[in-house]
Amino acid sequence: MRLASREAFRSIRRTPLLSILSVATIGFSLFTFGLFALVAVNFQGALAGLAERVELVAFVLRGTPPETITIASQDVGAFPEVLSVTYVTEEEALTRAQEELVEFREMYRDLTANPLPASLEVRLHPEYRNAAQAQVVAERLRNFPFIEDVRYGQEWIERLDRLRTLAGLVGGVIGVAFAAVALVIIGVTIRMTVLYRAEEIAIMRLVGATNSFVRRPFLLEGALKGLLGGILAVLLCWVGFVLFRATGGFDLAGLVFFNAGQVTMIVVSGVLIGLVGSLFSVGRHLRHV
Amino acid sequence: MIKFLDVSKTYANGAQALRGVSFHIPRGQFVFLTGHSGAGKSSILSLITGDYHPTSGDVRVSGFSIAGLSSRELPKLRRRLGIVFQDFRLLEHRTAEENVAFALEVTGARPEIIPNKVMKVLTRVGLAGKARAYPRELSGGEQQRVAIARALVNDPPILLADEPTGNLDERATRGVFQLLREINAGGTVVVMATHNLDLVRQTDYRTIELRDGQVVFDSVDETPVAAP
Repeated sequence: MRLASREAFRSIRRTPLLSILSVATIGFSLFTFGLFALVAVNFQGALAGLAERVELVAFVLRGTPPETITIASQDVGAFPEVLSVTYVTEEEALTRAQEELVEFREMYRDLTANPLPASLEVRLHPEYRNAAQAQVVAERLRNFPFIEDVRYGQEWIERLDRLRTLAGLVGGVIGVAFAAVALVIIGVTIRMTVLYRAEEIAIMRLVGATNSFVRRPFLLEGALKGLLGGILAVLLCWVGFVLFRATGGFDLAGLVFFNAGQVTMIVVSGVLIGLVGSLFSVGRHLRHV
Repeated sequence: MIKFLDVSKTYANGAQALRGVSFHIPRGQFVFLTGHSGAGKSSILSLITGDYHPTSGDVRVSGFSIAGLSSRELPKLRRRLGIVFQDFRLLEHRTAEENVAFALEVTGARPEIIPNKVMKVLTRVGLAGKARAYPRELSGGEQQRVAIARALVNDPPILLADEPTGNLDERATRGVFQLLREINAGGTVVVMATHNLDLVRQTDYRTIELRDGQVVFDSVDETPVAAP
Protein backbone atom coordinates (compact mmCIF):
# COMPACT_ATOMS: atom_id res chain seq x y z
CA MET A 1 0.00 0.00 0.00
CA ARG A 2 2.89 2.32 0.79
CA LEU A 3 4.32 1.70 -2.65
CA ALA A 4 0.93 2.27 -4.26
CA SER A 5 0.58 5.59 -2.40
CA ARG A 6 4.06 6.64 -3.42
CA GLU A 7 3.35 5.77 -7.06
CA ALA A 8 -0.01 7.56 -6.99
CA PHE A 9 1.50 10.76 -5.57
CA ARG A 10 4.47 10.51 -7.91
CA SER A 11 2.08 10.29 -10.85
CA ILE A 12 0.09 13.31 -9.67
CA ARG A 13 3.29 15.33 -9.17
CA ARG A 14 4.66 14.28 -12.54
CA THR A 15 1.57 15.28 -14.47
CA PRO A 16 0.21 18.28 -12.56
CA LEU A 17 -1.75 19.68 -15.49
CA LEU A 18 -3.46 16.37 -16.23
CA SER A 19 -4.16 15.91 -12.54
CA ILE A 20 -5.67 19.39 -12.22
CA LEU A 21 -7.70 18.70 -15.36
CA SER A 22 -8.98 15.42 -13.88
CA VAL A 23 -9.91 17.03 -10.56
CA ALA A 24 -11.55 19.98 -12.36
CA THR A 25 -13.48 17.65 -14.66
CA ILE A 26 -14.75 15.56 -11.77
CA GLY A 27 -15.44 18.75 -9.79
CA PHE A 28 -17.37 20.51 -12.54
CA SER A 29 -19.28 17.38 -13.55
CA LEU A 30 -20.37 16.83 -9.96
CA PHE A 31 -21.03 20.57 -9.64
CA THR A 32 -23.52 20.42 -12.54
CA PHE A 33 -25.15 17.42 -10.93
CA GLY A 34 -24.95 19.14 -7.53
CA LEU A 35 -26.72 22.26 -8.81
CA PHE A 36 -29.53 20.11 -10.10
CA ALA A 37 -29.60 18.22 -6.80
CA LEU A 38 -29.74 21.55 -4.94
CA VAL A 39 -32.78 22.62 -6.97
CA ALA A 40 -34.34 19.20 -6.38
CA VAL A 41 -33.64 19.34 -2.63
CA ASN A 42 -35.25 22.78 -2.35
CA PHE A 43 -38.19 21.76 -4.52
CA GLN A 44 -38.73 18.66 -2.40
CA GLY A 45 -38.46 20.89 0.67
CA ALA A 46 -41.14 23.16 -0.72
CA LEU A 47 -43.39 20.17 -1.48
CA ALA A 48 -42.79 18.82 2.01
CA GLY A 49 -43.80 22.26 3.34
CA LEU A 50 -47.04 22.02 1.40
CA ALA A 51 -47.60 18.49 2.63
CA GLU A 52 -47.27 19.83 6.19
CA ARG A 53 -50.65 21.40 5.61
CA VAL A 54 -52.32 18.05 4.94
CA GLU A 55 -54.80 17.73 7.80
CA LEU A 56 -58.09 15.96 8.42
CA VAL A 57 -60.86 17.76 10.29
CA ALA A 58 -63.53 15.51 11.80
CA PHE A 59 -66.60 17.50 12.85
CA VAL A 60 -68.26 16.30 16.04
CA LEU A 61 -72.03 16.05 16.48
CA ARG A 62 -73.42 18.63 18.86
CA GLY A 63 -74.12 17.27 22.31
CA THR A 64 -71.38 14.63 22.25
CA PRO A 65 -70.05 14.30 25.81
CA PRO A 66 -66.47 15.60 26.17
CA GLU A 67 -65.37 12.32 27.83
CA THR A 68 -66.42 10.37 24.73
CA ILE A 69 -64.43 12.74 22.56
CA THR A 70 -61.37 12.47 24.82
CA ILE A 71 -61.44 8.67 24.70
CA ALA A 72 -61.97 8.71 20.92
CA SER A 73 -59.09 11.18 20.55
CA GLN A 74 -56.80 8.68 22.26
CA ASP A 75 -58.04 5.93 19.93
CA VAL A 76 -57.43 8.10 16.87
CA GLY A 77 -54.02 9.11 18.20
CA ALA A 78 -53.11 5.42 18.25
CA PHE A 79 -53.68 5.03 14.49
CA PRO A 80 -50.25 4.29 12.91
CA GLU A 81 -50.81 7.06 10.35
CA VAL A 82 -51.62 9.72 12.92
CA LEU A 83 -49.02 12.15 14.22
CA SER A 84 -51.29 14.24 16.45
CA VAL A 85 -54.95 14.82 17.32
CA THR A 86 -56.22 18.16 18.58
CA TYR A 87 -59.67 18.59 20.02
CA VAL A 88 -61.12 21.99 19.09
CA THR A 89 -64.19 22.92 21.12
CA GLU A 90 -67.05 24.94 19.68
CA GLU A 91 -65.84 28.04 21.57
CA GLU A 92 -62.27 27.63 20.35
CA ALA A 93 -63.56 27.22 16.80
CA LEU A 94 -65.47 30.48 17.07
CA THR A 95 -62.53 32.38 18.57
CA ARG A 96 -60.26 31.07 15.85
CA ALA A 97 -62.76 32.04 13.15
CA GLN A 98 -63.03 35.54 14.55
CA GLU A 99 -59.26 35.90 14.54
CA GLU A 100 -58.49 34.30 11.23
CA LEU A 101 -61.47 35.22 9.05
CA VAL A 102 -61.18 38.97 9.29
CA GLU A 103 -63.85 39.67 6.65
CA PHE A 104 -66.47 37.81 8.73
CA ARG A 105 -65.36 39.25 12.07
CA GLU A 106 -68.40 41.61 12.37
CA MET A 107 -70.80 38.83 11.49
CA TYR A 108 -69.34 36.45 14.11
CA ARG A 109 -69.47 39.24 16.74
CA ASP A 110 -73.23 39.69 16.32
CA LEU A 111 -74.10 36.01 16.70
CA THR A 112 -76.41 34.97 19.54
CA ALA A 113 -75.58 31.27 19.17
CA ASN A 114 -72.31 29.59 18.06
CA PRO A 115 -72.93 27.92 14.66
CA LEU A 116 -69.50 26.23 14.56
CA PRO A 117 -69.20 22.60 15.60
CA ALA A 118 -66.43 21.12 17.71
CA SER A 119 -63.86 19.09 15.76
CA LEU A 120 -60.88 16.80 15.92
CA GLU A 121 -57.91 18.06 13.88
CA VAL A 122 -55.84 15.10 12.81
CA ARG A 123 -52.31 15.50 11.46
CA LEU A 124 -50.56 12.61 9.73
CA HIS A 125 -47.00 11.37 9.82
CA PRO A 126 -44.99 12.70 6.78
CA GLU A 127 -44.99 9.35 4.96
CA TYR A 128 -48.81 9.17 5.15
CA ARG A 129 -49.49 12.65 3.82
CA ASN A 130 -51.08 11.55 0.56
CA ALA A 131 -54.60 11.22 -0.82
CA ALA A 132 -54.87 7.44 -0.42
CA GLN A 133 -53.79 7.39 3.22
CA ALA A 134 -55.85 10.48 4.07
CA GLN A 135 -58.91 8.71 2.65
CA VAL A 136 -58.20 5.56 4.70
CA VAL A 137 -57.96 7.60 7.90
CA ALA A 138 -61.06 9.63 6.94
CA GLU A 139 -63.07 6.43 6.45
CA ARG A 140 -61.95 5.17 9.84
CA LEU A 141 -62.94 8.48 11.47
CA ARG A 142 -66.39 8.34 9.86
CA ASN A 143 -66.99 5.04 11.66
CA PHE A 144 -67.17 6.87 14.95
CA PRO A 145 -70.93 7.45 15.59
CA PHE A 146 -70.40 10.98 16.89
CA ILE A 147 -68.47 12.13 13.83
CA GLU A 148 -70.75 14.08 11.52
CA ASP A 149 -68.39 14.76 8.66
CA VAL A 150 -64.71 14.53 7.73
CA ARG A 151 -62.99 17.08 5.46
CA TYR A 152 -59.41 16.94 4.22
CA GLY A 153 -59.28 18.76 0.89
CA GLN A 154 -59.21 15.61 -1.20
CA GLU A 155 -58.72 17.36 -4.54
CA TRP A 156 -55.90 19.49 -3.19
CA ILE A 157 -54.06 16.47 -1.78
CA GLU A 158 -54.53 14.57 -5.04
CA ARG A 159 -53.03 17.49 -6.92
CA LEU A 160 -50.13 17.55 -4.49
CA ASP A 161 -49.65 13.81 -5.06
CA ARG A 162 -49.53 14.32 -8.82
CA LEU A 163 -47.03 17.14 -8.44
CA ARG A 164 -44.84 14.99 -6.22
CA THR A 165 -44.95 12.05 -8.65
CA LEU A 166 -44.13 14.34 -11.58
CA ALA A 167 -41.31 16.02 -9.67
CA GLY A 168 -39.93 12.62 -8.70
CA LEU A 169 -40.05 11.33 -12.28
CA VAL A 170 -38.61 14.43 -13.94
CA GLY A 171 -36.03 14.76 -11.17
CA GLY A 172 -35.08 11.10 -11.51
CA VAL A 173 -34.72 11.22 -15.31
CA ILE A 174 -32.77 14.50 -15.35
CA GLY A 175 -30.70 13.36 -12.37
CA VAL A 176 -29.77 10.08 -14.07
CA ALA A 177 -28.96 11.97 -17.30
CA PHE A 178 -26.71 14.42 -15.44
CA ALA A 179 -25.04 11.58 -13.55
CA ALA A 180 -24.51 9.63 -16.79
CA VAL A 181 -22.94 12.63 -18.54
CA ALA A 182 -20.72 13.24 -15.50
CA LEU A 183 -19.66 9.58 -15.48
CA VAL A 184 -18.80 9.59 -19.19
CA ILE A 185 -16.76 12.80 -18.92
CA ILE A 186 -14.95 11.59 -15.83
CA GLY A 187 -14.38 8.15 -17.42
CA VAL A 188 -12.77 9.78 -20.48
CA THR A 189 -10.52 11.91 -18.27
CA ILE A 190 -9.36 8.92 -16.26
CA ARG A 191 -8.81 6.98 -19.47
CA MET A 192 -6.52 9.79 -20.64
CA THR A 193 -4.47 9.34 -17.47
CA VAL A 194 -4.24 5.61 -18.08
CA LEU A 195 -3.23 6.05 -21.71
CA TYR A 196 -0.65 8.65 -20.68
CA ARG A 197 0.92 5.99 -18.49
CA ALA A 198 0.50 3.11 -20.93
CA GLU A 199 4.26 2.71 -21.31
CA GLU A 200 4.69 2.48 -17.56
CA ILE A 201 1.93 -0.13 -17.32
CA ALA A 202 3.58 -2.15 -20.10
CA ILE A 203 6.90 -2.05 -18.24
CA MET A 204 5.27 -3.03 -14.96
CA ARG A 205 3.70 -6.05 -16.63
CA LEU A 206 6.94 -6.86 -18.40
CA VAL A 207 8.84 -7.16 -15.14
CA GLY A 208 6.19 -9.37 -13.58
CA ALA A 209 3.74 -7.06 -11.84
CA THR A 210 0.36 -8.64 -11.19
CA ASN A 211 -2.76 -6.91 -12.50
CA SER A 212 -3.82 -5.99 -8.99
CA PHE A 213 -0.43 -4.42 -8.35
CA VAL A 214 -0.75 -2.37 -11.55
CA ARG A 215 -4.29 -1.33 -10.61
CA ARG A 216 -3.59 -0.20 -7.03
CA PRO A 217 -1.85 3.15 -7.66
CA PHE A 218 -4.45 4.03 -10.31
CA LEU A 219 -7.29 3.26 -7.93
CA LEU A 220 -5.70 5.34 -5.23
CA GLU A 221 -5.05 8.17 -7.66
CA GLY A 222 -8.62 7.95 -8.96
CA ALA A 223 -10.06 7.97 -5.44
CA LEU A 224 -7.90 10.93 -4.45
CA LYS A 225 -8.86 12.92 -7.53
CA GLY A 226 -12.49 11.97 -6.94
CA LEU A 227 -12.24 13.18 -3.35
CA LEU A 228 -10.74 16.52 -4.42
CA GLY A 229 -13.29 16.77 -7.26
CA GLY A 230 -16.13 16.09 -4.82
CA ILE A 231 -14.88 18.77 -2.43
CA LEU A 232 -14.49 21.20 -5.35
CA ALA A 233 -18.07 20.44 -6.45
CA VAL A 234 -19.44 21.16 -2.97
CA LEU A 235 -17.48 24.42 -2.81
CA LEU A 236 -18.73 25.48 -6.24
CA CYS A 237 -22.30 24.61 -5.26
CA TRP A 238 -21.90 26.66 -2.09
CA VAL A 239 -20.55 29.66 -4.03
CA GLY A 240 -23.38 29.29 -6.56
CA PHE A 241 -25.93 29.04 -3.76
CA VAL A 242 -24.62 32.12 -1.92
CA LEU A 243 -24.41 34.18 -5.13
CA PHE A 244 -27.92 33.14 -6.18
CA ARG A 245 -29.34 34.03 -2.81
CA ALA A 246 -27.49 37.34 -2.71
CA THR A 247 -28.59 38.47 -6.17
CA GLY A 248 -32.14 37.06 -6.18
CA GLY A 249 -34.69 39.86 -6.43
CA PHE A 250 -37.31 38.08 -4.33
CA ASP A 251 -37.50 36.40 -0.97
CA LEU A 252 -35.15 33.40 -1.00
CA ALA A 253 -34.82 33.05 2.74
CA GLY A 254 -36.47 29.63 2.60
CA LEU A 255 -33.76 28.20 0.35
CA VAL A 256 -31.53 25.64 1.98
CA PHE A 257 -28.09 24.26 1.15
CA PHE A 258 -27.21 20.57 1.36
CA ASN A 259 -27.14 19.12 4.84
CA ALA A 260 -24.04 17.33 6.17
CA GLY A 261 -25.29 13.95 4.94
CA GLN A 262 -25.88 15.25 1.43
CA VAL A 263 -22.47 16.96 1.33
CA THR A 264 -20.86 13.69 2.41
CA MET A 265 -22.83 11.89 -0.29
CA ILE A 266 -21.50 14.22 -3.02
CA VAL A 267 -17.90 13.84 -1.81
CA VAL A 268 -18.29 10.06 -1.48
CA SER A 269 -19.82 10.01 -4.99
CA GLY A 270 -16.67 11.74 -6.23
CA VAL A 271 -14.47 9.12 -4.55
CA LEU A 272 -16.60 6.27 -5.92
CA ILE A 273 -16.65 7.72 -9.43
CA GLY A 274 -12.87 8.13 -9.28
CA LEU A 275 -12.46 4.57 -8.05
CA VAL A 276 -14.90 2.93 -10.46
CA GLY A 277 -13.68 5.04 -13.38
CA SER A 278 -10.08 4.02 -12.67
CA LEU A 279 -10.99 0.39 -12.13
CA PHE A 280 -12.87 0.30 -15.41
CA SER A 281 -10.24 2.20 -17.41
CA VAL A 282 -7.24 0.27 -16.09
CA GLY A 283 -9.10 -3.02 -16.34
CA ARG A 284 -9.97 -2.33 -19.94
CA HIS A 285 -6.41 -1.30 -20.69
CA LEU A 286 -4.96 -4.39 -19.00
CA ARG A 287 -7.21 -6.65 -21.05
CA HIS A 288 -5.76 -5.18 -24.22
CA VAL A 289 -2.04 -5.18 -23.40
CA MET B 1 14.51 -24.59 -20.31
CA ILE B 2 12.68 -23.39 -23.46
CA LYS B 3 10.92 -25.82 -25.77
CA PHE B 4 8.98 -25.06 -28.95
CA LEU B 5 6.83 -28.04 -29.88
CA ASP B 6 5.52 -27.79 -33.45
CA VAL B 7 4.37 -24.23 -32.84
CA SER B 8 2.26 -22.26 -35.28
CA LYS B 9 1.01 -18.76 -34.71
CA THR B 10 -1.59 -16.90 -36.72
CA TYR B 11 -2.54 -13.43 -35.53
CA ALA B 12 -6.09 -12.08 -35.37
CA ASN B 13 -5.54 -10.19 -38.65
CA GLY B 14 -4.84 -13.52 -40.38
CA ALA B 15 -1.07 -13.05 -40.69
CA GLN B 16 0.72 -16.36 -40.18
CA ALA B 17 3.85 -15.58 -38.16
CA LEU B 18 5.13 -19.08 -37.35
CA ARG B 19 4.64 -22.44 -38.95
CA GLY B 20 5.56 -25.72 -37.30
CA VAL B 21 8.49 -24.34 -35.29
CA SER B 22 10.26 -26.80 -33.00
CA PHE B 23 13.49 -26.41 -31.04
CA HIS B 24 14.85 -26.87 -27.55
CA ILE B 25 17.11 -24.46 -25.69
CA PRO B 26 18.75 -26.13 -22.68
CA ARG B 27 20.02 -24.47 -19.52
CA GLY B 28 23.00 -22.13 -19.96
CA GLN B 29 22.83 -21.76 -23.74
CA PHE B 30 23.33 -18.55 -25.74
CA VAL B 31 21.14 -18.52 -28.85
CA PHE B 32 20.92 -16.06 -31.71
CA LEU B 33 17.63 -15.74 -33.52
CA THR B 34 18.29 -14.36 -36.96
CA GLY B 35 16.29 -13.64 -40.08
CA HIS B 36 14.82 -10.74 -42.02
CA SER B 37 12.15 -8.46 -40.63
CA GLY B 38 8.89 -10.38 -40.43
CA ALA B 39 10.68 -13.74 -40.39
CA GLY B 40 9.19 -14.57 -36.98
CA LYS B 41 11.93 -13.60 -34.48
CA SER B 42 9.75 -11.25 -32.44
CA SER B 43 6.86 -13.72 -32.55
CA ILE B 44 9.10 -16.33 -30.96
CA LEU B 45 10.08 -13.90 -28.21
CA SER B 46 6.43 -12.85 -27.71
CA LEU B 47 5.43 -16.47 -27.28
CA ILE B 48 8.20 -17.03 -24.74
CA THR B 49 7.09 -13.97 -22.76
CA GLY B 50 3.48 -15.15 -22.85
CA ASP B 51 2.28 -12.09 -24.77
CA TYR B 52 0.49 -14.49 -27.07
CA HIS B 53 -0.66 -18.08 -26.96
CA PRO B 54 0.37 -20.37 -29.82
CA THR B 55 -2.37 -21.14 -32.36
CA SER B 56 -1.23 -24.76 -32.32
CA GLY B 57 1.52 -26.69 -30.60
CA ASP B 58 2.97 -25.56 -27.30
CA VAL B 59 5.83 -23.53 -25.87
CA ARG B 60 7.33 -24.63 -22.54
CA VAL B 61 9.30 -22.02 -20.63
CA SER B 62 10.91 -22.83 -17.32
CA GLY B 63 8.11 -25.20 -16.38
CA PHE B 64 5.25 -23.07 -17.76
CA SER B 65 3.08 -24.20 -20.66
CA ILE B 66 2.31 -21.10 -22.70
CA ALA B 67 -0.64 -22.74 -24.51
CA GLY B 68 -2.46 -23.15 -21.22
CA LEU B 69 -1.05 -20.09 -19.44
CA SER B 70 -3.65 -18.20 -17.41
CA SER B 71 -3.53 -14.48 -16.74
CA ARG B 72 -2.76 -15.30 -13.09
CA GLU B 73 0.32 -17.30 -14.09
CA LEU B 74 1.64 -14.66 -16.48
CA PRO B 75 3.34 -12.50 -13.79
CA LYS B 76 4.96 -15.64 -12.34
CA LEU B 77 6.37 -16.50 -15.77
CA ARG B 78 7.58 -12.94 -16.30
CA ARG B 79 9.49 -13.06 -13.02
CA ARG B 80 11.47 -15.96 -14.47
CA LEU B 81 12.44 -13.86 -17.49
CA GLY B 82 14.56 -10.81 -18.07
CA ILE B 83 13.55 -8.87 -21.16
CA VAL B 84 15.55 -6.28 -23.05
CA PHE B 85 14.34 -4.27 -26.06
CA GLN B 86 15.92 -2.29 -28.85
CA ASP B 87 14.28 0.92 -27.57
CA PHE B 88 15.35 0.27 -23.93
CA ARG B 89 11.88 1.02 -22.51
CA LEU B 90 13.13 2.87 -19.49
CA LEU B 91 10.89 5.14 -17.45
CA GLU B 92 12.10 8.62 -18.35
CA HIS B 93 11.14 10.24 -15.05
CA ARG B 94 13.10 7.77 -12.94
CA THR B 95 16.83 7.60 -12.38
CA ALA B 96 18.84 4.55 -13.42
CA GLU B 97 18.65 3.09 -9.91
CA GLU B 98 14.92 3.83 -9.65
CA ASN B 99 14.31 2.08 -12.96
CA VAL B 100 16.12 -0.99 -11.70
CA ALA B 101 14.52 -0.84 -8.26
CA PHE B 102 11.10 -0.61 -9.91
CA ALA B 103 11.48 -4.19 -11.18
CA LEU B 104 12.09 -5.36 -7.62
CA GLU B 105 9.31 -3.27 -6.12
CA VAL B 106 6.62 -4.56 -8.48
CA THR B 107 7.53 -8.12 -7.59
CA GLY B 108 7.07 -7.38 -3.90
CA ALA B 109 10.72 -7.48 -2.83
CA ARG B 110 11.42 -6.43 0.77
CA PRO B 111 12.28 -2.70 0.78
CA GLU B 112 15.41 -3.16 2.89
CA ILE B 113 17.10 -5.44 0.35
CA ILE B 114 16.36 -3.27 -2.69
CA PRO B 115 19.17 -0.64 -2.53
CA ASN B 116 21.83 -3.30 -2.08
CA LYS B 117 20.57 -5.48 -4.93
CA VAL B 118 20.21 -2.48 -7.23
CA MET B 119 23.74 -1.26 -6.61
CA LYS B 120 25.11 -4.76 -7.08
CA VAL B 121 23.49 -5.20 -10.48
CA LEU B 122 24.38 -1.66 -11.60
CA THR B 123 27.98 -2.42 -10.67
CA ARG B 124 27.75 -5.62 -12.69
CA VAL B 125 26.71 -3.70 -15.82
CA GLY B 126 29.32 -1.00 -15.16
CA LEU B 127 26.98 1.83 -14.24
CA ALA B 128 27.40 2.19 -10.49
CA GLY B 129 28.72 5.71 -11.03
CA LYS B 130 25.62 6.79 -12.92
CA ALA B 131 22.98 5.39 -10.60
CA ARG B 132 21.43 8.82 -10.05
CA ALA B 133 21.36 9.76 -13.73
CA TYR B 134 18.09 9.98 -15.65
CA PRO B 135 17.82 8.10 -18.96
CA ARG B 136 18.07 11.37 -20.93
CA GLU B 137 21.45 11.98 -19.31
CA LEU B 138 22.81 8.62 -20.49
CA SER B 139 24.13 7.46 -23.86
CA GLY B 140 22.29 4.76 -25.81
CA GLY B 141 24.73 2.10 -24.68
CA GLU B 142 24.35 3.18 -21.05
CA GLN B 143 20.57 3.18 -21.30
CA GLN B 144 20.70 -0.36 -22.66
CA ARG B 145 22.91 -1.35 -19.73
CA VAL B 146 20.32 0.05 -17.34
CA ALA B 147 17.67 -1.98 -19.18
CA ILE B 148 19.85 -5.08 -18.83
CA ALA B 149 20.36 -4.34 -15.13
CA ARG B 150 16.60 -4.07 -14.71
CA ALA B 151 16.18 -7.38 -16.55
CA LEU B 152 18.77 -9.06 -14.32
CA VAL B 153 17.87 -7.70 -10.93
CA ASN B 154 15.37 -10.46 -10.18
CA ASP B 155 18.01 -13.10 -11.09
CA PRO B 156 16.00 -14.64 -13.93
CA PRO B 157 17.27 -17.92 -15.43
CA ILE B 158 16.41 -16.63 -18.93
CA LEU B 159 17.28 -13.32 -20.58
CA LEU B 160 15.48 -12.37 -23.80
CA ALA B 161 16.98 -9.60 -25.90
CA ASP B 162 15.08 -8.25 -28.88
CA GLU B 163 17.56 -6.41 -31.12
CA PRO B 164 19.38 -5.06 -28.05
CA THR B 165 22.07 -3.41 -30.18
CA GLY B 166 19.77 -2.13 -32.91
CA ASN B 167 19.96 1.49 -31.71
CA LEU B 168 23.61 1.49 -30.68
CA ASP B 169 26.84 2.51 -32.37
CA GLU B 170 29.58 -0.03 -32.93
CA ARG B 171 31.43 0.61 -29.69
CA ALA B 172 28.30 0.46 -27.56
CA THR B 173 27.21 -2.65 -29.46
CA ARG B 174 30.45 -4.40 -28.55
CA GLY B 175 30.07 -3.37 -24.92
CA VAL B 176 26.48 -4.56 -24.62
CA PHE B 177 27.24 -7.80 -26.43
CA GLN B 178 30.19 -8.47 -24.16
CA LEU B 179 27.92 -7.88 -21.17
CA LEU B 180 25.37 -10.39 -22.51
CA ARG B 181 28.16 -12.93 -22.95
CA GLU B 182 29.26 -12.43 -19.36
CA ILE B 183 25.71 -12.88 -18.18
CA ASN B 184 25.48 -16.11 -20.15
CA ALA B 185 28.80 -17.24 -18.71
CA GLY B 186 27.14 -17.02 -15.30
CA GLY B 187 24.64 -19.70 -16.37
CA THR B 188 21.75 -17.55 -17.65
CA VAL B 189 20.11 -18.61 -20.90
CA VAL B 190 20.34 -15.71 -23.36
CA VAL B 191 18.10 -15.60 -26.41
CA MET B 192 19.03 -12.69 -28.65
CA ALA B 193 17.10 -11.70 -31.75
CA THR B 194 19.36 -9.74 -34.06
CA HIS B 195 19.96 -8.53 -37.60
CA ASN B 196 23.62 -8.01 -36.84
CA LEU B 197 25.36 -10.90 -38.55
CA ASP B 198 28.79 -9.56 -37.61
CA LEU B 199 27.99 -10.32 -33.98
CA VAL B 200 26.73 -13.77 -34.91
CA ARG B 201 29.92 -14.55 -36.80
CA GLN B 202 32.14 -13.41 -33.93
CA THR B 203 31.16 -16.39 -31.80
CA ASP B 204 30.24 -20.01 -32.14
CA TYR B 205 26.98 -19.61 -30.26
CA ARG B 206 23.95 -21.48 -31.45
CA THR B 207 22.11 -19.71 -34.27
CA ILE B 208 18.51 -20.33 -35.27
CA GLU B 209 17.62 -18.71 -38.57
CA LEU B 210 14.03 -18.04 -39.49
CA ARG B 211 12.39 -17.35 -42.81
CA ASP B 212 8.66 -16.83 -43.37
CA GLY B 213 7.86 -18.20 -39.94
CA GLN B 214 9.88 -21.37 -40.27
CA VAL B 215 13.25 -22.48 -38.92
CA VAL B 216 15.51 -22.75 -41.96
CA PHE B 217 18.76 -23.23 -40.09
CA ASP B 218 19.74 -24.36 -36.62
CA SER B 219 23.47 -24.53 -35.96
CA VAL B 220 22.94 -27.26 -33.39
CA ASP B 221 21.96 -29.53 -36.28
CA GLU B 222 24.61 -27.91 -38.51
CA THR B 223 22.38 -28.72 -41.45
CA PRO B 224 20.16 -26.21 -43.21
CA VAL B 225 16.49 -27.15 -43.14
CA ALA B 226 15.10 -27.03 -46.63
CA ALA B 227 12.33 -24.50 -47.10
CA PRO B 228 9.19 -25.98 -48.66
